[in-house]
Amino acid sequence: MNLIPYNRVKLARDSQRPTGLDYIRNIFKGFIEFHGDRRYGDDPAIVGGIARLNGNPVTVIAIEKGHTAKERTYRNFGAAHPEGYRKALRLMKQAEKFGRPIVCFVDTSGAYCGIGAEERGQGQAIAENLMEMSTLCVPIISILIGEGGSGGALGLAVADRVWMLQNSVYSVISPEGCASILWKDAAKAEVAAARLKLTSEDAKSLGVIERILSEEDMGKKEFYDNIRTLLVEELGQLSSDLDLIGKRYERFRRIGADAVNKE
Amino acid sequence: MALLNFLKPKNQLEEGGRTAALVQQDAGEPEKKCPNCHKEIPLSHLWANRLVCTCGYHFRLKARQRIKMLADKGNFQELYAGMKAENPLNFPGYREKVENVRTASGEEEAVVCGIAKIRGQECCLFVMEPYFMMGSMGSAVGEKITSLFEYATEHRLPVVGYTVSGGARMQEGLLSLMQMAKTSAAVKRHSDDGLLYITVLTDPTTGGVTASFAMEADIILAEPGATVGFAGARVIEQTTKKSLPKGFQKSEFVLEHGFIDYIAARTSQRKLLAELLKIHNGG
Repeated sequence: MNLIPYNRVKLARDSQRPTGLDYIRNIFKGFIEFHGDRRYGDDPAIVGGIARLNGNPVTVIAIEKGHTAKERTYRNFGAAHPEGYRKALRLMKQAEKFGRPIVCFVDTSGAYCGIGAEERGQGQAIAENLMEMSTLCVPIISILIGEGGSGGALGLAVADRVWMLQNSVYSVISPEGCASILWKDAAKAEVAAARLKLTSEDAKSLGVIERILSEEDMGKKEFYDNIRTLLVEELGQLSSDLDLIGKRYERFRRIGADAVNKE
Repeated sequence: MALLNFLKPKNQLEEGGRTAALVQQDAGEPEKKCPNCHKEIPLSHLWANRLVCTCGYHFRLKARQRIKMLADKGNFQELYAGMKAENPLNFPGYREKVENVRTASGEEEAVVCGIAKIRGQECCLFVMEPYFMMGSMGSAVGEKITSLFEYATEHRLPVVGYTVSGGARMQEGLLSLMQMAKTSAAVKRHSDDGLLYITVLTDPTTGGVTASFAMEADIILAEPGATVGFAGARVIEQTTKKSLPKGFQKSEFVLEHGFIDYIAARTSQRKLLAELLKIHNGG
């Protein structure tokens, strides 16, 4: 596919793309949603709960953007508040307690930038997820299905395997944000998108993800069946790994190490 | 202009950060205008008070000036001094920018790491550098901080960290983002081994650094009036179209909301850190 990176960004943001709940409903069976962070509230931008994957219980967590205008407003366009990240962590710890693997679907332009989010510790909430996820003793697979916006995406992606849909993007900053900082001109987002190396192919060649998922038949039964098969296979392998946490540490430990001159 | 002079700390007054003897003002001595009380303060007076104005305003400090103020004399051994950023994404203009910043700041990277003694208490110390791309975190910063935590875990040492950062360094793209996960995992290992980690948040601590190792300490201190937050205030205003509450994202505000343990004036930090280190080292 020969799309320029900024067109991939547009595709990743398309409101008609399958959202987190579409993946949950089509890949898993019997999803039971659990609400709330037990501290402040329930964030509709992140859904989570338990479901069955090929008969086996798993914890599933997804950032949900919604499709219609009404849904998207309700979901805050997939921009989560601290309570969303705290709900996710609560459910992940629950998964650990009961020995269930965790599957996360990531799709956000970034953690929400707002007054309440800051007052309730957006930075602290994400930081705690990064720290705690690094030593959860159950397998974690995170799949980027649309936008992977910065810390807000990473907060659900400290995983043993990170996969990306072919036209999803993963970036430290939005192309618009980058362009406005570098050139004081958000209209140069197209240039910024190319420079940020945010496509799935870039992420794979940088060693940040393990697998790119084809978007052929996206939204159809075959598409979800394929992802289910891959998840079952991979979780099976990870579940028998006796050094899961050590390998997860090394997975992130080596990223960027080659980019440093150690003379 | 006054702030730009800071980039060239090559006069004796700035070199000798702790020379309290120099409180007498010489004729023609350089002065600095305090952005808070607007008074012109002689540099020697400021240095005698660790660059804190009489009104309480904390001026920005270079990493090595802080280390000089904190560590016992001759008791800072630098680690990983040679680790520095390459240009992994071949981001246009990045190499030139870094070269310019290196010349202006005299630092190779945005954090200085090492082993220090603070009033006799041994610890691993990292201090971020505001004059190096505003302490932005790229691969080298992530690698240095991760290595320091690994060293501290191996040698069973506490870590003291001074943060100042505009966030992740966008010129290294995803690799910068991943440093948040990498450093956090190293902090977790250190923590799980029962070891102490203290951060001192200084102005400004924001973005990916707030959302990783700045907020992961056992004890989180902050300097008075420091901006501490995740998203930038301007971005929040644009996103929400609301005016921000008074003192928003200042350390006092963040403390009030429960995310900082204690606000410590710069002049009291050395003693406080030494006491905290001592308490956690068997008293």
